[in-house]
Amino acid sequence: MGEAAALLIEPKKSALVEKVRELLPDGGNLNMCLACGACASGCPATGMEGMDPRKFLRLAALGQEEAIRSTPWVWLCTMCRRCVHACPMEVDIPQLVYHCRQSWPREERPKGILGSCEKALSTPGNSAMGASSEDFRFVVEDVLEEVRESQPGQENLQVSIDRQGAHYFLNQNSREPVTEPDEMVPLWKILSLVGADWTYGSVGWAAENYCMFLADDEAWETVVRNKAKAVDDLGCKVWLNTE
Amino acid sequence: MESIIRLYARWIREGKLPVNSDWNKDLGVTFTVQDPCQLVRKSLGDPVAEDLRFVVRSVVGEEHFIDMWPNKSNNYCCGGGGGFLQSGFTDHRREYGSLKLEQIRRTGADYCIAPCHNCHSQIHDLSEHSGDHFPVVHLWTLICLSLGMLGENEREYLGEDLKNVGL
Ligand code: SF4
Ligand code: SF4
Repeated sequence: MGEAAALLIEPKKSALVEKVRELLPDGGNLNMCLACGACASGCPATGMEGMDPRKFLRLAALGQEEAIRSTPWVWLCTMCRRCVHACPMEVDIPQLVYHCRQSWPREERPKGILGSCEKALSTPGNSAMGASSEDFRFVVEDVLEEVRESQPGQENLQVSIDRQGAHYFLNQNSREPVTEPDEMVPLWKILSLVGADWTYGSVGWAAENYCMFLADDEAWETVVRNKAKAVDDLGCKVWLNTE
Repeated sequence: MESIIRLYARWIREGKLPVNSDWNKDLGVTFTVQDPCQLVRKSLGDPVAEDLRFVVRSVVGEEHFIDMWPNKSNNYCCGGGGGFLQSGFTDHRREYGSLKLEQIRRTGADYCIAPCHNCHSQIHDLSEHSGDHFPVVHLWTLICLSLGMLGENEREYLGEDLKNVGL
């Protein structure tokens, strides 16, 4: 009753919501909601901080900009897009969440995400864990040597870094070289067995990009461009994800 | 831009990656698999989810694979995405993941395969923190295990039942 009554009142406009509508194709369908609740019933973040996707969208529709901007829930929604998939009108709630994240002063956004983005920006490999390209190379070569010496049948295992013209530019999540380098080896063996033509790069090698989750468009683009350029500079054809 | 998951599937079909599930015939270890949102719903859709299942079935055996529900493009996010693992909201992250944990428990599978780094970290944490202690593994580990080329130091995430298989 309360919700129905509220809908009859001419909604206030939120500048943020209007801006997001302008940015998204078809306005993200943000004003198409049927209030069916399919989004909320299948969202793992429903109920946390007293919020759920339908309620979040409702607040946006009612112009409650401060409420949607200030709730920490925008950091609890993973922007997984299950709600969009489930929604009969394909209302793009996660894009709204993204722009709410963006409206937070940069220094007030979660420190861990901010730090990961900053580290990626400060290393040529774009490693969110701050691993340098020299360390990456050292770890790869060190692990490779040990495998060749200790594992029968792997004496000729090859890994190249910065090999010009390789077909695949394989990226690598920083977690492996930094904390569990042996986890890189099974993939090397698979690539070797099938005869894949691949290389790592000393620039733009890290797979992760937290600047996107920080909702920092400019930093995100810087990282993506650096990686794309690294692939082009080596003359590689395909950026290969390990996942 | 390419995903290694599609390549695994292609290489198995082409015979370049001659995996099989003989190692698991007598052991009968069961597996379920997480569909990473980033890979499936947000980029390559159900076709890559099918490729993922083809690879898993080839490696662990059809009868030892148990799917989650809902799955593929309709799968629940595990809670490791969107920066959640870095954001410091640890309790919230685990609460978010409780849906995933329940989903995995309902399969009754011994292992969960997580072919994405964030999913792997999150589901591994859910498993350990809840006390369930089911092993959470990368796909490359099982592929190499099946091919008899998984080294001793490459078994960090295998449970005791598989630690020595093929050594
Ligand atoms: S699923 Fe779509 S239509 Fe239904 S309540 Fe959610 S946003 Fe509105
Ligand atoms: S994108 Fe956010 S609101 Fe939508 S289902 Fe995922 S966590 Fe929930």
